[in-house]
Amino acid sequence: MPRDDRREAILARISEHLGDAVVGSHIRVGDDLWVRVTREAWPEAAEVAQKRLGCHFFDFLSAIDWLPSPFGRDMDSQEDIVVKGLEPKEPAPMASGYAGGDTRFQVFARVYHPVEHWGVTFKADLPDDDLSVGTWSNVYRGANWHERETHEMFGFDFVGHPNLIKLYLPIDFEGYPLRKDFPLLSRRVKPWPGIVDVEPMPGEDEPGDGDGEGEGGSE
Amino acid sequence: MTATIPESQQLAYIAAKAADSRINLELETEGMTLNIGPQHPATHGTLRLIAKLDGEQVVSCEPSPGYMHRGYEKLTEVRTYPQVTTLVNRIDWLGSFANEVPFILAAEKLMGIEAPPRAQWIRTILFELSRLANITLFLGDLGAQMGGVTAVFYAFRDREHVLNQIESVTGGRFHPNFDRIGGLKDDLPKGWIADTKKTMDKIRDFCDEIETLLIGNEIFQTRARGIGVIPPEVALSYGLSGANLRGSGVDLDLRRDDPPPGMPYDKLDWKVWTHPDGDCFSRTWVRLQEVRESTKIIDQLLDSIPSGPIMAKVPRIIKVPEGEAYVQTENPLGAMGYYVVSKGDLVPFRVKIRSASFNNVSIVPWVTRGVYVPDVITILATLYFILGDIDR
Repeated sequence: MPRDDRREAILARISEHLGDAVVGSHIRVGDDLWVRVTREAWPEAAEVAQKRLGCHFFDFLSAIDWLPSPFGRDMDSQEDIVVKGLEPKEPAPMASGYAGGDTRFQVFARVYHPVEHWGVTFKADLPDDDLSVGTWSNVYRGANWHERETHEMFGFDFVGHPNLIKLYLPIDFEGYPLRKDFPLLSRRVKPWPGIVDVEPMPGEDEPGDGDGEGEGGSE
Repeated sequence: MTATIPESQQLAYIAAKAADSRINLELETEGMTLNIGPQHPATHGTLRLIAKLDGEQVVSCEPSPGYMHRGYEKLTEVRTYPQVTTLVNRIDWLGSFANEVPFILAAEKLMGIEAPPRAQWIRTILFELSRLANITLFLGDLGAQMGGVTAVFYAFRDREHVLNQIESVTGGRFHPNFDRIGGLKDDLPKGWIADTKKTMDKIRDFCDEIETLLIGNEIFQTRARGIGVIPPEVALSYGLSGANLRGSGVDLDLRRDDPPPGMPYDKLDWKVWTHPDGDCFSRTWVRLQEVRESTKIIDQLLDSIPSGPIMAKVPRIIKVPEGEAYVQTENPLGAMGYYVVSKGDLVPFRVKIRSASFNNVSIVPWVTRGVYVPDVITILATLYFILGDIDR
C-alpha cells in the first residue's frame, strides 16, 4: 500500500491544531485529502486552514444530502425500468462518503494552497434537528455567497453570516431544491423524452409495432 | 431689548427653517438606488445590480443573480454520466468545450481510466481553442462596454475563425458535446492541423491589432488604470481565479501548477503572465497575454500530436464506481471544478459545480464601494463573467 507522506504530514498538522475535533480523514494517494471535523470546530477549521496551513485560496462551500432518493430508481434511470422491464429497486441504505459521516446532511468546503499547490476538503456532520453551523465568511470572504446558496438550497443556517438571504431563488420560494426529498417535478409528471425514442440495437429483434410506420415505407 | 415679533411670524420663520433644513438633509444624506438590469447591455446577461448611489459615487452595489438559474446540480442527479456533458456545455457558453473537460476528467478519475495520448492532445487543443474563442470576444466586448465599438467587429471576425475550427472537428459551433469518458467522439478531419496553424497566425495578428487599437488607447488606459484595484490577499480570500487572480499579482495557473492527469501541459514551453497592479488594466493585459500563450500552446500541441486510438476501452453502459473526486482545470474564465460523488450507479449522486464566475462576481460588492458609476461598468467588464457561469 503506497503512502502519501506529503498529505500525511498535512493531516498531522491539521490534527495538531484541531485536536479531537478531527473525527475522520481520508487520503487518496498522490491526489487528494479529506478531513471531517465536528460541527463545533467548523469555523475553527477555516481559521486553521487559512492562518496555519496557508490555504489562502477559497474554492467552494456546499453541502451533501446523503439520503438515498426516496423516489427510487425511476428518478435515476427510467431506461432500466421501462426498456428492460426491471422491477424498481429499493433504495440503498444511507451511506456516507470519504472521511465518514453519521448524519444525513454534511456541509463541505474546499480550500487550496496557492504556493504549494494542494487542496483539502473539509466536511462536518449536521444533525437533522439542528441544521446550523458557524459561518466561514469572516475568514474566507468568498464563502459569503456560497453559504447563501447552501442556505437556500439545503436550508442550513450559518450562524454569524452577515447577510443570509436567498441568492438565486425568489424570496417566497418554499422548499429546499437540492435536498434529495425535493421532487424534480418535470421528471415526475412526464418521463424524460430521451426514453421515448430508444431504438433497438442492431441484431436485437425489432419489436412489431403494427402501425405500419417505420423503415420509410418500403412498399 | 428684543423686538417683539408676532406669533404668526415666528411660526412662519420656524417652518421656513425646518423646510430649509429638510432640503439640506435630503441633498446631503439621501442617496439614490439605481437598478441596473436585469436586462442591460452592460451586464451581458440577466444580471441585476442594485446600486445605492450618493451623487455619482457608489455607496453599495449588490448583484442579484438567479434570473437564469437552471438547476444543473439537481439535473445532473437524473442524467447518466454521458448525458451530463450536454448540460454542462451551457454553463460558460463562450468556451463550451472547456466545461466538459473537468467533468469528464473527474469521471475518468473515479473509473480509473485514462484517455489515450492522441485523445489527450486533441482534448487539450480543443480546450485551448475554446479559451481563444472566449477571450477574443472579451477583448472586443470590452471596447463596446467602454465606448469603443470598433473592437467588437475585429473580435467577432477573428473569433469566427476559431469557431470554424471547432466546428469542423466537433460539428458544433457553440455546444460541441464532443468529450467522452475515455477519449473523444471522433478524430480530426483531414487538413485540420494546417488550417488551425493558419488560424493561430490570425489570432496572433488580432492580438497585435487589439493591443494597438484598444489596450494602448489613451482613453482606455485612463479609464482602466487604477480603477477597481483588488489586492492579492483579497482576491484569494474571495476565490478569484484565472486572469483576475493573476492580474492581482498571484502567480497561480492550474495548467502549469496542478495539471490534471490527461492534459499534457507539462510537456510544453509556455509562460504564465502576471501583473502586479490588480486594476482593470492589468486584468485585461493578462488576458491578452493569455491568448498569445494559448496560441503557442496550440502550435506546439499540433506539432507533437501522437498517433493512435482516440478512445480507451470503456464499457458501453458506463457505471462509475463509488467514490468522490474533485477535478479543477484552468478554464477561460478561471478555475472550474466538479466535485462528483458517485454511488456506483449510472447517474452521479451529487455534483457540485464550482464555476469561476460565481466567485469572481461575488467580489463586486467589495470592489465597487466608492467608485463612480461608469467605473462600475469597467470593473464588471474586466472581471469578465458569463451569466451561465454564475447561475449554472
